[in-house]
Amino acid sequence: MNPKFYRSHVLVCTGTGCVSSGASNVRDNLEAKLEEFGLQDEIKIVETGCHGFCEQGPIVIVYPEGVFYCQVQTDDITDIVEDHLLKGRVVDRLLYTEQGTEIRIPAYSDIDFYKKQHRIVLGNCGRINPESIKEYIAVNGYEACGKALTEMTPEEVIAEIKGSGLRGRGGAGFPTGLKWELTRQSPGEKKYVICNADEGDPGAFMDRSLLEGDPHRIIEGMIIAAYAIGADEGYIYVRAEYPLAIRRLEIALQQAREYGLLGEDIFGSGFNFDLKIKKGAGAFVCGEETALMASIEGQRGMPRPKPPFPSVSGLWGKPTNINNVETYGNVPDIMRGGAEAYRAIGTEHSTGTKVFALTGKINNTGLVEVPMGMSLKEIIYDIGGGVSDGRELKAVQIGGPSGGCIPADLLDLPIDYESLREVGAMMGSGGMVVMDDTTCMVDVARFFLKFTQSESCGKCTPCREGTKRMLEILDRLCSGEGREGDLELLEELGEHIISTSLCQLGGSAPNPVLSTLKYFRAEYEAHIKDKRCPANVCAGMAAPYVIDEALCIGCTACVRVCPTGAISGERKKPHIIHPQVCISCGICASKCPVHAIAQG
Amino acid sequence: MKSLEELRKLRAELEKEISTRNSEGKPKIIIGMGTCGIAAGARDILQAVTKEVRKRNLDVNISQTGCIGMCEQEPLLDVQLPGQDRITYGKVTAGDVERIVVEHLINGNAVKDLAIARLEEGGI
Amino acid sequence: MSKITLTIDDQVVEVEPGTTILDAARQVGVEIPTLCYHPDLSLHGSCRVCVVEDLNSHRLLASCAVPAGEGMKISTRSAKTRKARRMNVELLLANHPADCLGCDRSGSCELQELTYNLGISREAVERFAGEKRDLPLDTSGVALKRDPNKCILCGRCVRVCEEIQGLGALEFSGRGFDSIVTTAFDLPQSEVNCAKCGQCAAVCPVGAITEVSSLDQVWAALEDPAKHVVVQTAPTIQVSIGEEFGLQPGTVVTGKLIAALRRLGFQKVFSTEFSADLTILEEGNEFISRIQADKNLPHITSCCPGWVKYAEQNYADLLNHLSTAKSPQQMFSAITKTYYAEQAQLDPEDIFTVSIMPCTAKKFEAAREEHRDSGFQDTDAVLTTRELARMIKEAGIDFVNLAEDRYDQIMGETTGAATIFGTTGGVTEAALRTVKEVLTGESLSKLNLGVLGVREAEVEIAGRNYKVAVVSGLADAAQVLDMVRDGKCEYDWIEVMACPHGCVGGGGQPIPSTLEKKRKRAQGLASIDQTNTIRKSHENPDVLKLYEEYLGEPLGGKSHHLLHTSYRVR
Repeated sequence: MNPKFYRSHVLVCTGTGCVSSGASNVRDNLEAKLEEFGLQDEIKIVETGCHGFCEQGPIVIVYPEGVFYCQVQTDDITDIVEDHLLKGRVVDRLLYTEQGTEIRIPAYSDIDFYKKQHRIVLGNCGRINPESIKEYIAVNGYEACGKALTEMTPEEVIAEIKGSGLRGRGGAGFPTGLKWELTRQSPGEKKYVICNADEGDPGAFMDRSLLEGDPHRIIEGMIIAAYAIGADEGYIYVRAEYPLAIRRLEIALQQAREYGLLGEDIFGSGFNFDLKIKKGAGAFVCGEETALMASIEGQRGMPRPKPPFPSVSGLWGKPTNINNVETYGNVPDIMRGGAEAYRAIGTEHSTGTKVFALTGKINNTGLVEVPMGMSLKEIIYDIGGGVSDGRELKAVQIGGPSGGCIPADLLDLPIDYESLREVGAMMGSGGMVVMDDTTCMVDVARFFLKFTQSESCGKCTPCREGTKRMLEILDRLCSGEGREGDLELLEELGEHIISTSLCQLGGSAPNPVLSTLKYFRAEYEAHIKDKRCPANVCAGMAAPYVIDEALCIGCTACVRVCPTGAISGERKKPHIIHPQVCISCGICASKCPVHAIAQG
Repeated sequence: MKSLEELRKLRAELEKEISTRNSEGKPKIIIGMGTCGIAAGARDILQAVTKEVRKRNLDVNISQTGCIGMCEQEPLLDVQLPGQDRITYGKVTAGDVERIVVEHLINGNAVKDLAIARLEEGGI
Repeated sequence: MSKITLTIDDQVVEVEPGTTILDAARQVGVEIPTLCYHPDLSLHGSCRVCVVEDLNSHRLLASCAVPAGEGMKISTRSAKTRKARRMNVELLLANHPADCLGCDRSGSCELQELTYNLGISREAVERFAGEKRDLPLDTSGVALKRDPNKCILCGRCVRVCEEIQGLGALEFSGRGFDSIVTTAFDLPQSEVNCAKCGQCAAVCPVGAITEVSSLDQVWAALEDPAKHVVVQTAPTIQVSIGEEFGLQPGTVVTGKLIAALRRLGFQKVFSTEFSADLTILEEGNEFISRIQADKNLPHITSCCPGWVKYAEQNYADLLNHLSTAKSPQQMFSAITKTYYAEQAQLDPEDIFTVSIMPCTAKKFEAAREEHRDSGFQDTDAVLTTRELARMIKEAGIDFVNLAEDRYDQIMGETTGAATIFGTTGGVTEAALRTVKEVLTGESLSKLNLGVLGVREAEVEIAGRNYKVAVVSGLADAAQVLDMVRDGKCEYDWIEVMACPHGCVGGGGQPIPSTLEKKRKRAQGLASIDQTNTIRKSHENPDVLKLYEEYLGEPLGGKSHHLLHTSYRVR
């Protein structure tokens, strides 16, 4: 007898992305419909974490067929239940249609977005119920942890991680095994492990998705790390803005304790370990490890000089191993499959996979996991479906607010730690913002710098004062008041801030400016010399709008919305825009019913 | 959790709970759920199959199909064992389900008196 | 562990592992400029002025934070180093008010000195011209004022208040360019848990925190022919004010100090040591009576106004342990406007009392409502050591070459016991010298207390062992007080001074004020004590005369009225 057997499982993604597009209602309605049709004993609803294809949410997958339904709304549930679950007919209109084609694809694995991905860390996301430790165990969960604790010495575990070539996924790419080894070798009875889940980059959500979709994976990775370094206590530092991730982590921790996977004498090995969640108050700088630890200790989140490194003197002055969510997420697979198998993925010095958050002007917004070394082109075009609205790619910004902008002509660049650094970007936590030809690179640099300046902890001089001065220069460029010598001053300040800042927030804050200056210098120069924004973005410098008299019907819709009163004309006759008054805001063009207004 | 063995034993149990999500290399039972099939009582057959699989703790995929043009033979039920031909049973009653499951699915012998067609492996 | 060998500016240096590059450089006579660094505080590493270049990696390292590494090749003056160092100072200056001319710290400002030393031009700063912090000043306090616009966020005040004083009255707030140092919830400093000790002002490298000046009032009183201006000098002034005129810390300049005050026009120049002895007689007798009645023990000293305010705010439940004896400053002023007025046949209303103190909290103490026992505000104005030095400079007095002078009569006699009031442990030693001799007729042997942390001693007097504790710095004081509060304390007597090392380390002393300098000042006091012919408070002839002619007995009716006070919960 298997009372748990259901002939069909319907997986509803209830990650934050899908929930915001209506997944909770979809789920509720599904439950109601199943009862209405008397199917509740045959069909099981499983809530899962994120599939990464957030562009297409809410996502519903029906097993055993594995049919992938996207953008499912409450009204669509009747069809799914009546046609698919009852009669076995796939609901075609809810299938995914590949970009630029009419072909509808029913199977998850056949969609281009997934075909080229290599999902290790995200392997369980969207496939199991994150609130069920049973499902995690059913897909080999805690096997790696059991193996490590009962069959290996801590040194052997460290050797395995070192052998895998795993490097920190939080940005800097420090070898994980080496970090563990240093922490293990540091003298001291009491040691800590910390998971850095203070994901703060705008547009980044890999840590959130992972914690929401597969929390036990992170817990397992941390238990293994704790065993390797000799820690009996750990913290997961999560942003308070991630309530679902926190709730699922709390459930997972509770379950792990009930199953004896946390607590005393785990797997009968004599090893004790437990974990606490610490909610961060949303300061970007708390992603910096020393600031994060200060925050756990109840202090203001401010970085302190290193050395001493956390491996020597970390939380409460004790040796501490601190890794990012994704880093811990790789550990169970390495321990299960072995270092060799892991090394086979990726490149020689950047092994394994990396998760990226694809955002910006790209068709398939979402979370992807690819082998290291894949080219930017493959990620953007083959997985991401290319630039949206068929526009031209201009640049890709990688590495969060302190990353760099890579120009379109470097599209063949393999994505690994070293290659990115060489072109002035960095892996960062894996943000990837795609920009098309309507983007002004000066404006972009300003946007990111504004973020880092306002999130600077204010402790060290170069970061606090220097980024402010850089921002002021960029403000001036964008408003047409740039001066001769500004670009040189930007470079001088940028290099100065990088070389003298206390922590890596300042140490990388100028990257977006320096990389755009490097690759798009002409665009900067146009802002100064010609007082012109080539991408028509910077207010005050963009070309004024003009009305095509041949098309204008004199409806006066534009006159009514123009904030500066720049438009005049007689009713039912062609109107004109006065270029001296026009501020190029574009509201008129958006209101014109006959598309008679465009930038001149 | 006091040993790795304990975990592995537990996993063997738990794997069944999510086996519906995995169809590779598993026996399949396919039920005709076209209008004709439903009119002939296919819904009862589907429920009976589910109940039987649950009762006997089997690792099987159950799926549905539409009308295949043999409306007069409905309700239709197909069994396909991995690597073997797909056998179609016609005019199946709820009472036949247990026999088909036991004889064909478990013991590997097609129930000849109920079978009405055979499709070679890889067909449909 | 074996030593580390590196080169600094081409000089080979060998240091213990863990030595910072900054300290290693000092060993070979290279002084790397610093700003946020302070030898007595924790490492902050924020100003980035102390960067040096490692010529092996060409990286810039913060020398205050990075330990010397084997084989490092450090340049403290490479083009890269100098450029980076300058640029950080330039960035600070671009957000700093350009009003050096009107700043109290002009001349003792570390930022100003760096600007000069590094050769920073106006143009270099102006290229970064842009927004500047523009916040209201905090002038709510009677002792200290804050100008947040001058603050360079080095965090020294934050650290001294948290680490040494355990108060945390100041904290960083805000982010990015909006970061500031402020009080909790941005409250006026008069409303927060602040002891007015002025340690923040003493460590501030710029003019962001300074004392509230009383110079104008004092000058006005001196100019006023109707006023009889009397000045008292605290014991530590004679060993610290010389620093303001280029002398070494600890140089004893008592005679020059008196001469300078006289030249400034003070009618009478007295010493607070006179009233320190008076304090000992009152407080010593109070202690004896508490011992006899076994009441309010441990007895805790109350001569430090920073400590008293701190106790009123944080240990209200222990206020009955504090001696009710006023501080020497307040005893002095009360006696001046009563006994002295009578003796000199003056109307107390015409007397203007000034005290020269190493302390900012004394300004707060003088303003307390309790201190009007003479019928007037007992102390009219308090000047810090720094303020007096400025006054002497303004008057153009050649301090160093002044002929020595002596204190005026009737309240000018000093004893060794009173002198050592100025350093931690001094009050205790002075009190016990008197207590022991009053009770037994035997003299006390030297106590040999250290200077840092909580120090204990046992003294045998008339067959009973007295356990005393001495502590300076409020964070350390809190440890002892928590023990008293928890009833885990066996002490009979506790001396608390708010500032580390006592008054020699007061918040009103010459800047910069480091532990090193405080030690030297204390040595100066010890040398005075050792050479004084009178070393016990109860032998001070002026004090004995005061009791005989005016007060009667210690703890008597008149004493009680003029020399004792009460405390309040804050």
